[in-house]
Amino acid sequence: MKITLNGTPQETGADTLAALLDEMGYTHARVATAVNEEFVPAPSRDAHSLADGDRIEIVTPRQGG
Amino acid sequence: MPTYYDTEVASRLMLGTAQYPSPAILAEAFRRSGAGIATVSVRRESGGERAGQAFWDLIRDLGVHVLPNTAGCHSVREAVTTAQMARELFGTDWIKLEVIGHADTLQPDPFGLVEAARILTDEGFKVFPYCTEDLVICEKLVEAGCQVLMPWGAPIGTGLGLNNIYGLRTLRAHFPDLPLVIDAGLGVPSQAAHAMELGYDAVLLNTAVAKAGDPAAMAEGFARALEAGRMGFEADPMMPRDMAAPSTPVLGQAFS
Repeated sequence: MKITLNGTPQETGADTLAALLDEMGYTHARVATAVNEEFVPAPSRDAHSLADGDRIEIVTPRQGG
Repeated sequence: MPTYYDTEVASRLMLGTAQYPSPAILAEAFRRSGAGIATVSVRRESGGERAGQAFWDLIRDLGVHVLPNTAGCHSVREAVTTAQMARELFGTDWIKLEVIGHADTLQPDPFGLVEAARILTDEGFKVFPYCTEDLVICEKLVEAGCQVLMPWGAPIGTGLGLNNIYGLRTLRAHFPDLPLVIDAGLGVPSQAAHAMELGYDAVLLNTAVAKAGDPAAMAEGFARALEAGRMGFEADPMMPRDMAAPSTPVLGQAFS
């Protein structure tokens, strides 16, 4: 299906958010996630099914003021 | 020392973590200034570079409190979702809430700020709102549950100092017991000393330190200015007057 990951359109075979993180190599990475502007807590990623057109954000700690 | 939501912090300096020449200089700035709180952000993971993990390791080694921000958010929804992601990433319910209303001045959107503060407080966040010195908006933020206010001195990154002394004094007078932090706009240590002399509890810096020629020395300079300004405030300064008043005794002067 087609999704938008961090602002970039791409194809994925993953059917859940957790599977997408595995596919991207973020299985054990310190990341937080949102789908369609809604926060998805880490414990909910396994159960969170992806749909065509979903907009997914994967974020990490960064410098800030 | 200031207490934020029942947590006492042994420094009046909050320091940003962006724009330093290197991670080592960032760490040195924290060490020399004794800053007690580091502000951080959440940003998109890009490629497989794992920059986020390396940065997180650096911050943890500083041994300071971490205050995540919602920098760059222009809507309530963006800010709330960013705060939720930050809480999970950094393991803290502290959030420096920014809802930006204008691209040129990076001035807060007061309506969105109050709405987001209310939502986040209801979700158990401890909100540190980046606001203006507007007394009415600050009252609304306190009603929304904020137990600290962080008015700007001047727009972010300008180094213009305290642009509205009257407004900042009014805010201090109106909220005598609430922690007040000057967030944004400071450029040199004298401005931080002035904030302390007004009775403010702390300042938040980033650009002034990170973009100085010697960031670690500037950070220490600010720390000393904070100490000096606070000491002056606590020492109950004299009242200014318009006419001269001789300090040397007049009585006993020769030729009089």
